[in-house]
Amino acid sequence: MPDYTLRVNGAQRTVRTDADTPLLYVLRNDFELNGPKYGCGMAQCGACTVHIDGRAARSCVTPVSSLAGKAVTTLEGIGTPDKPHPLQKAFLDEQAAQCGYCTNGMIMAAKALLDSKPNPAVADIKNALNGNLCRCGSHNRIVRAVQRAAGVKA
Amino acid sequence: MQTTLNTNRRQFLKRTGVIVSTFTLAGPAAVVPQTVAPLPGGLNANRMLDGWVRINSNNTVTVFTGKCEIGQGILTALTQIAADELDVTYERVEIISADTARTPNEGMTVGSFSVEQSGAALRFACAEARAMLLAAASKKLNVAMEKLSVNDGTISASPARMTYWDIAKEVNFKREATATFKPKPAAQHKIIGKPVPRRDFPAKVSGGAAFVQDLRLPGMVFGRVVRPPSYRATLQSVDEAAVKALPGVITVARDGNFLAVAAEREEQAIKAAQALRASARWTEAPDLPPSGGAFFDHMRKMPARDMVIKATSPATASGGKVTSVEAEYTRPYQSHGSIGPSCAVAQMKDGKLQVWTHSQGVFPLRAELSRALRMKPADIVCTHAEGSGCYGHNGADDVAFDAALVARSLNGRPVKLQWMREDEFAWEPYGSAMLLKMHALLDESKQIVSWQHEIWSHSHNMRPTSNPDGIAFLGSWHLTDPARRPTPVNGPQPNGAADRNAVPLYDFPRQNVLLHFITDMPVRVSALRGLGAYANVFALESFMDEIALAAGEDPVAFRLKHMKNPRARAVIEMAAEKAGWKPNAKNYGAAPNIGRGIAFAQYKNLACYCAVVADVTVDRNGMAKVTRAVAAVDAGLIINPDGVINQIEGGIIQSASWTLKEQVKFDRQRITTRSWADYPIFTFNDVPQVEVHLINRPDERPLGAGEGSQGPTVAAIANAIANATGKRPRDLPFTPEKIRALIV
Ligand code: FES
Ligand code: FES
Repeated sequence: MPDYTLRVNGAQRTVRTDADTPLLYVLRNDFELNGPKYGCGMAQCGACTVHIDGRAARSCVTPVSSLAGKAVTTLEGIGTPDKPHPLQKAFLDEQAAQCGYCTNGMIMAAKALLDSKPNPAVADIKNALNGNLCRCGSHNRIVRAVQRAAGVKA
Repeated sequence: MQTTLNTNRRQFLKRTGVIVSTFTLAGPAAVVPQTVAPLPGGLNANRMLDGWVRINSNNTVTVFTGKCEIGQGILTALTQIAADELDVTYERVEIISADTARTPNEGMTVGSFSVEQSGAALRFACAEARAMLLAAASKKLNVAMEKLSVNDGTISASPARMTYWDIAKEVNFKREATATFKPKPAAQHKIIGKPVPRRDFPAKVSGGAAFVQDLRLPGMVFGRVVRPPSYRATLQSVDEAAVKALPGVITVARDGNFLAVAAEREEQAIKAAQALRASARWTEAPDLPPSGGAFFDHMRKMPARDMVIKATSPATASGGKVTSVEAEYTRPYQSHGSIGPSCAVAQMKDGKLQVWTHSQGVFPLRAELSRALRMKPADIVCTHAEGSGCYGHNGADDVAFDAALVARSLNGRPVKLQWMREDEFAWEPYGSAMLLKMHALLDESKQIVSWQHEIWSHSHNMRPTSNPDGIAFLGSWHLTDPARRPTPVNGPQPNGAADRNAVPLYDFPRQNVLLHFITDMPVRVSALRGLGAYANVFALESFMDEIALAAGEDPVAFRLKHMKNPRARAVIEMAAEKAGWKPNAKNYGAAPNIGRGIAFAQYKNLACYCAVVADVTVDRNGMAKVTRAVAAVDAGLIINPDGVINQIEGGIIQSASWTLKEQVKFDRQRITTRSWADYPIFTFNDVPQVEVHLINRPDERPLGAGEGSQGPTVAAIANAIANATGKRPRDLPFTPEKIRALIV
């Protein structure tokens, strides 16, 4: 098995695995990051969303070998409990979850939106998150949280 | 970064209880002598005070509950209750939940019971603990108890003061609770009734360890199962040797039709499972019922036990003319559709089994594991760790058994076994398909004088310990020596199961409810949020609407004229008012087709009261969209208003998704729902605007609200579609094809 060196949340990390190993398992198991979640493994739900070079990507279908020279950012990389990203804070302020399993994907997809469109309309937010599934029905709170974070950023 | 991760891991282990503390636990209900006085809620079966509350030496308090967090916010609500009774701040209270080694046994976390049962226990236990601490302080300070006041654990009688933590050593909670100390009246609540933020959210928004999926143990390996292609397929051959030779593979478990693998790395386990699946040869037969509309003709003929749920004596002949009305409604099999497939971590070491699980009942799970694995319950510890929202009995218990089976061949190494998306969709127990036949008689004054509700349904509870004549685990049925499946039992009224909410709360003088309880289960079923209530309320409240329209009466007024219960009336009136209900508004025919409908239920006829008004649009292609939902809810004394709103709102959105989109698909041989592509659910662009209005009743008991909006939502949508189109949708889900067939 070859070694792959990845840049994750600003640090260089090396992992020995097969070329086709999905990034998701490397992040969760080798680098012990909890943010990205397994939901479907088929790019259908968004639970595993991370950023690759600033764009939202589904880590469950991203082979580890495709990441040479690219920067991977996870939920852990955008803020911490003590220094939360405005989106993380807004999700808390709006209590925008029930079980919270989808939360990682929602925040990471929303961050990609706000990075490119700091003042999105509600329809922009819904469209940007439409491929991220939530089964608990927290959608409206999530939209409000993204609006709130956009307001903070503006 | 490494430091942070280690801290996370330590925190996780602390939270999920690898460290087993020692203190007394009351035995299960069976050992409680018959003569003792009953105690409130969960205290009755777990009578030792120190099983519920402890004063720690480090200025904190620990409380214990047998209920678990399943995304409903129960641990936050219970902490509010404990903090208020004890007079300490919310932050001082640590809560330990659902662990067979550490907490009271409160059975399953189901049926919107938790605040009522565990909340009642904690209110009384904490009130008693507080009184005992005050009594000790009063003695020590030589001040009468009435003169003492408490603020955040500091007891004062000026100028003297001491804290709970000073006096705790002199108070012995190792005794039975008496429940003789009255919990505080609502007027004295400081934390109860406040929208306290959820205690589990900070970790969830920042990548902290929060779920069983996030548990990592030293030496842990990864497991996957390979299920048969269909329910009753049998394994002919499989190339175990080739799979064993794959990189990282530690074990290939084969026992009858049960196949699983464990590997050093997760992706290796997945590849090994794929290889195993590819090499397996199965025999299967087309033994599933027909699907679609034909299913219900089949269902009616399936062997059933007939049960009279309610029968009032025939009305004395009124002599007047009556109109007879009839209608049938159907609901297909529907999936829990948890976003995270089920997962468990298991370790078998020195003859002891430890399982971390998102099961809704760690004690029932332990009991079932003990029987299935022929181990003593004392040799098994089941500890709750959160999973993705489950909404009932999904694969949680099955995967715990799978993990335990695999753990047996790992020489003490722990295994994390997560189902793949396909495993969850194809093998979880669905919410039962149901057929409802309604009949009513209306007298000349447009009053309903007779009501009949007939149900065809499978079981709504095939959980562990639902019937000790069998074993509830999927994997156990696949073994060489297969376990017997439990015989289905219908939960009795007043909660009911298949018949849940089939008994109308309306004042109909004659009410007859009949259940054809179908004992065959060609498609696997169990508990899905609300059990039978979703379909029964759909039928009951759609039928009310149909009759109101046939009688030329306004749906809100028609309901109110049949309803004396003041709390039910209040939510119906409030939902109508907040939604801007216009009596007798006939929207259909307008372009675009817009409609509005109302529906009501008191969940189980004994939990929260909830009325929902739904607004819909229906386009020419039959595409229905819910644009707005307004709910009014009475959940008695509200512990956490934002928590109640969150659950009602989430329930409305989920129920609307079931209603417009969802049905499990199968052909004559296999379940064909295998991924989200086969089972679409609501996404952001489908979700309506939702408003929830609460009626707080501080002097009433708190009532469960977690499942309260499932039933009213489906019926409100059905009624709104009827209002928009003039055509009545009676077969769920209301897909564009079905609605199109109605309107053209
Ligand atoms: S897990 Fe990657 S999209 Fe679902
Ligand atoms: S909060 Fe549970 S899936 Fe979104």
